[in-house]
Amino acid sequence: MTAVLDAPAEVGAIPSFTVTLRVMRYLPGDDGLTPVAHWDEFQVLCHGTDRVLDALHKVKWEQDGSLTFRRSCAHGVCGSDAMRINGRNRLACKTLLKDLDPSKPITVEPIKGLPVIKDLVVDMEPFFASYREIMPFLITTGNEPTKERLQSAEQRERFDDTTKCILCAACTSSCPVFWTDGQYFGPAAIVNAHRFIFDSRDEGGAQRLEILNDKEGVWRCRTTFNCTEACPRGIEVTKAIQEVKRAMITRAF
Amino acid sequence: MQIHQYDVVIVGAGGAGMRAALESSTRVRTAVISKLYPTRSHTGAAQGGMCAALANVEEDNWEWHTFDTVKGGDYLVDQDAAEVMAKEAIDAVLDLEKMGLPFNRTPEGRIDQRRFGGHTRNHGEAAVRRSCYAADRTGHMILQTLYQQCVKNEVEFFNEFYVLDLLVDHDLAAGHVPEGEEVTVSGVVAYELATGEIHVFRAKSVVLATGGAGKIFKTTSNAHTLTGDGMALAYRRGIPLEDMEFFQFHPTGLAGLGILLSEAARGEGAILRNSEGERFMERYAPTIKDLAPRDIVARSMANEVREGRGAGPNKDYVLLDLTHLEPAHIDAKLPDITEFARTYLGVEPYTEPVPVYPTAHYAMGGVPTNIEAQVLRNETDVIRGLFAAGEVACVSVHGSNRLGTNSLLDINVFGKRAGISAAAYAVDAEFVELPEDPAATVTAGLELIRTRPDGERVADIRKALQESMDLNAQVFRTKESLTQALEDIKALRKRYLSVSVQDKSRTFNTDLLEAVELGFLIDIAETVVVGALNREESRGGHFREDFPKRDDEGFMKHTMAYRRPLPTDGHRQWGGGDGDTEGRFAYSEVFDDYQLVLGSKPVTMTRYQPMERKY
Repeated sequence: MTAVLDAPAEVGAIPSFTVTLRVMRYLPGDDGLTPVAHWDEFQVLCHGTDRVLDALHKVKWEQDGSLTFRRSCAHGVCGSDAMRINGRNRLACKTLLKDLDPSKPITVEPIKGLPVIKDLVVDMEPFFASYREIMPFLITTGNEPTKERLQSAEQRERFDDTTKCILCAACTSSCPVFWTDGQYFGPAAIVNAHRFIFDSRDEGGAQRLEILNDKEGVWRCRTTFNCTEACPRGIEVTKAIQEVKRAMITRAF
Repeated sequence: MQIHQYDVVIVGAGGAGMRAALESSTRVRTAVISKLYPTRSHTGAAQGGMCAALANVEEDNWEWHTFDTVKGGDYLVDQDAAEVMAKEAIDAVLDLEKMGLPFNRTPEGRIDQRRFGGHTRNHGEAAVRRSCYAADRTGHMILQTLYQQCVKNEVEFFNEFYVLDLLVDHDLAAGHVPEGEEVTVSGVVAYELATGEIHVFRAKSVVLATGGAGKIFKTTSNAHTLTGDGMALAYRRGIPLEDMEFFQFHPTGLAGLGILLSEAARGEGAILRNSEGERFMERYAPTIKDLAPRDIVARSMANEVREGRGAGPNKDYVLLDLTHLEPAHIDAKLPDITEFARTYLGVEPYTEPVPVYPTAHYAMGGVPTNIEAQVLRNETDVIRGLFAAGEVACVSVHGSNRLGTNSLLDINVFGKRAGISAAAYAVDAEFVELPEDPAATVTAGLELIRTRPDGERVADIRKALQESMDLNAQVFRTKESLTQALEDIKALRKRYLSVSVQDKSRTFNTDLLEAVELGFLIDIAETVVVGALNREESRGGHFREDFPKRDDEGFMKHTMAYRRPLPTDGHRQWGGGDGDTEGRFAYSEVFDDYQLVLGSKPVTMTRYQPMERKY
């Protein structure tokens, strides 16, 4: 399908174009029959500012109400709509169609490595289970202070990058190690461990490092940088994993 | 159908729901039911901060914070609630810090604080640094931190479960409660998205924490999932909704998307222009122009569009012009909003103006509660075992206009109170008998929609509703526009009776749930419009062109919207159930099979008498 641009020139005007979406469908039947994954194609009239999420909504609202995907905030902060778009993990609500070359079909698939429930919806439980395992909460000992714990701006800055994580699973489901070994903690869990290991207020670093020293822990990382590339929040995921590895070597426990 | 039993069931897992869960789950057996994974909740989209008079960087105290909140709400705030919030704000922030929230820090390592709109020292003398913040991701950090604590405490979640009915032992929507009888909650009915199975949760206490209803409007900063579920469930059961006509519109949302662009842009010198390139704010506010208060700017923008001077192919937005600013200055001061403009509109703010339009942002109204977060069924009586907190509730700390940062504060202070109250009640209370076949209403309603072979499309009705609300009940309102909105809603309600979905499966049927959510949106829109029609004055977020002044004589009172049976023999039945009291609004709107009756509730005043609102 060729993109048709009818570009009016006035200020703020937005051209429209038609895109073809190739969406991986997976429709489990109520009859218990084994479902078969297949591609469906949809043609959608879009505007210059539309994102992949808008195109999916147009399909769902105007053509096929059974097309199923998760979404909520629609501006890149809730982490609901990570999917594989033209072979790369991204948030559908942060990916503009015009940045994807709308003259060619745009492929949309569920993220890989997690069981598909229906169409673009995957079972997130294994992902959250890994997250819960690394003890993603502040661990302290002794009495709490009366007021706040003190922390310098530099100490705060040390773990700033990894506090940005929205648990969308774009990183973990882009990792080749995770695809072949579902037991691997995956980048997102390690990012969230990093957020506490490098927080000056936290006293649970040794426990977390021990958990991640497991054979399914950080050492499975092969530094392919897929995770860093996939992160919609711009977190330097691979660097964070490397810092956790280094902490394991340098911190005695 | 499965039946579960918990002491406390919390509906919603945003900031208020999870804050409540942290209190309740350590005391009694607690479940949290959420239609989303908790970290998807819209608390995470908040940016600016959370105000508390910590006085870490300059002199401040909670009484000043109370005053600012009351004045910001144009004196419709219940002052006892505002006092509670401002007082407990300090511990609420310290609690979050102790849970690990990474606040920005002062050079001494304390929690840093910055200025925010409407927050002043000594009753309006000057801006005060009161907002505690974590970069421009304060809401994200609050949501993550509360979820982390829930993981630590092993809080039990039912994720992607939609609560579709509230079980109460009296049918309030049917009419009066016999003198001397108590009304008690007995649980909720939920729909499991993954399987289509119905779950009944029997509970001694139910906490509503379902958030807002921004999706009644086309242009909103709210998530797709903010469809007023909790408010509508209560309303359908005959529980009143308070002050629904007050909705906050933020002036500068990205056009068509509603994503917020901070006021800081105009603070740094950005200018609003119409399609003719004119700096139109010079006409509306000659002195302070683009930096006029939010409601004035929002109204001015809407007026330009209405009079045909909007920009773009449909002439439906105005332009925020930053092109005269130095790129280095933009990068230093406005990195976030410029990234939003680039990502979402593909607009380069260095060289192109950014399309903006007022965006529906926050519901000041909601399910009425007292300061213990107990839900009221009229001006005075509580429903035993039912609690609410956050945007779904109206306590009322925001009155007719919420101050920035006070929503993150509200969810923490009243979320905590709701959790404590719900658990305390459950310790002493007995379980109430569930009604016979408790899921009957929900099951019948869902099956009717799911199996209807064809009919009206959800998206068509929803679009018509949102467009009518944007056109008729947004920043400008008149009797005519609101009457039109009400007509539209009545017509859409009829069309909704034949709504159908294409997805007929039981597995992850979001098509079906969107249809259910549309029903909630219609209910909420109706209460907003009827409340706005009745309130013939202008106050805070509610502006009537035909009544542009505040009228304390006639309207210094909360609106209470009740769903009640149709009048019989020409006699209107009042909502409160206990006979008429002084100061009720004499108004009711008749729909096909029920009427919406407006009652009122007095505003609680403790220290501050209403004054003219000037800044």
